[in-house]
Amino acid sequence: MNRESSRPAARPKGARRGAMLAVDVPPRRWRGVLGIGAFIAIWYVAARYIGDTATLATPWAVLDRFVTMTYKPFAGSTLEGHLLASLGRFGAGFGLSVVVGIPLGLAMGWFRYLEAVVKPIFNVLRFIAPIAWVPFAVLWFGTGYGGPVLIIFAGAFPACVIGAYGGARLADARLLEAARMLGAKSLRILLSVILPSAVPSIVSALRVAAGNAWQSLVGAELIVASSGIAYIMVRGQMNRTIVIVLTGMLAIGLVGLLLDWLFGRFERFVQRRLGAAAV
Amino acid sequence: MRPASAWRLRAVSILSIAAWLVLWWLATDVMGWIDAIRFPDPRTFLESLRQISFGTYAGGDLLKHVATSSWLVVRGFLLAVAIGLALGLLISLSAFWRDVLSPIFNFLRPVPPLAWIPLALLWFGLGDNSKLFVMALAASIPLVINTTTGVAQIDRTLLAAARVNGARGWIWLWHVILPGAMPHIAIGLRLALQTSWTVIVAAELLGAIWGVGRVLTAAKDDVYPGMIVVGMVTVAVLGVASSLLLGWAEGRLMRWRAR
Repeated sequence: MNRESSRPAARPKGARRGAMLAVDVPPRRWRGVLGIGAFIAIWYVAARYIGDTATLATPWAVLDRFVTMTYKPFAGSTLEGHLLASLGRFGAGFGLSVVVGIPLGLAMGWFRYLEAVVKPIFNVLRFIAPIAWVPFAVLWFGTGYGGPVLIIFAGAFPACVIGAYGGARLADARLLEAARMLGAKSLRILLSVILPSAVPSIVSALRVAAGNAWQSLVGAELIVASSGIAYIMVRGQMNRTIVIVLTGMLAIGLVGLLLDWLFGRFERFVQRRLGAAAV
Repeated sequence: MRPASAWRLRAVSILSIAAWLVLWWLATDVMGWIDAIRFPDPRTFLESLRQISFGTYAGGDLLKHVATSSWLVVRGFLLAVAIGLALGLLISLSAFWRDVLSPIFNFLRPVPPLAWIPLALLWFGLGDNSKLFVMALAASIPLVINTTTGVAQIDRTLLAAARVNGARGWIWLWHVILPGAMPHIAIGLRLALQTSWTVIVAAELLGAIWGVGRVLTAAKDDVYPGMIVVGMVTVAVLGVASSLLLGWAEGRLMRWRAR
């Protein structure tokens, strides 16, 4: 064997080198560094060039404000205080949608008559954008705590119901028949056959619902609240100081990322446990 | 599942809609369980609908508000489609641009669409441009993601066959890549449309002269539950109608998939 044969065969002239799609090409780290570097450089230069506090602030100014706000109160509270208010609303709205939505979805997947009664109205309500609940949220529950919670609930609820309903419909017909033949009552079947088979679908739905809830929270706080992480941006916009708006966006993005990561971890954890249990 | 005949279930479904309507009427009008200041009775709702359809409310009639919002959504959606498809295809086809752009994209993506509104208001003011900016930005994100997923899952054998037969440039893009990625792009389009409506309603709630969101704000400020319901129903109907329209357009574009 000569040395030449270990090299790749010569390509016909004119043929492109490598794969046809970018996915099939391994990534190169330095290009990513180049991209993000160029992005930050352009941002910095643009901010310095414009030099208008209402239009753009440098990345450093944003980071600096982010750190400053953790100990110096703005709009009534420090960043952690606002974050806590937001997470409280998030927890209440999201928790409520889980507690109501998942049992409802499971029951809809099992009791056909309940499905027939609830599904039409659910499909109508689902098409109303969560943010369109703002007027009733204010009218019924005020602008402090309850109003935003209703909007968050409206954002997360459909995903919870659909996830549990879809999961319940996936239950193995043979298991259901076996359970029924062995004399299990409806409620027993719901708890010991339908619920376990719906768990993977529910856990995935929770992640989607959490994302929707976070997104609705931002909308709710922009419009009706007077505290919270998105309210910071409203104040920044009213004062025409972009650095505060950008700081708010940074905080919202980071917390959203963290929530998604946590729910993703949870999803994988449950999948692993179920995989182990199935063996 | 439990044995239940299909026609019986359908009958229950139809009856249930009627029952919900009757329940609404009973709760608000006949029995008075719900205060008229909290939720309107059917008659007030129809009255409000008539008022805004034939008279004016919040600076215009229903047609004016619906036309304003719809026209914004059409423009914003098309902008998002153009940006999202172009960026998605660029990232899918060029490894260089994928490597350069995806960190920036991943840096901006966690910011929810509505969180761009204050920034847009500072940059573009209260007019149409700020709304178009947020829609173009927020609604293009699902399109970028779904276009790249769509292209990534195209059968490599088909791609190689097309290559061997000399597909290049425009033909490669238009007859091979785009049709192959279309099923996923369709999902992206649906999400983009939904995002556009959410953004426009939120942006109009924060400030607008006409539009569906403007009706909702005015009704909220006037404590006018009948008009609030009219606004919400309008939002829902517009959402359903536009997604039906999108489905119809997809059917026309993807004829090969229909059968």
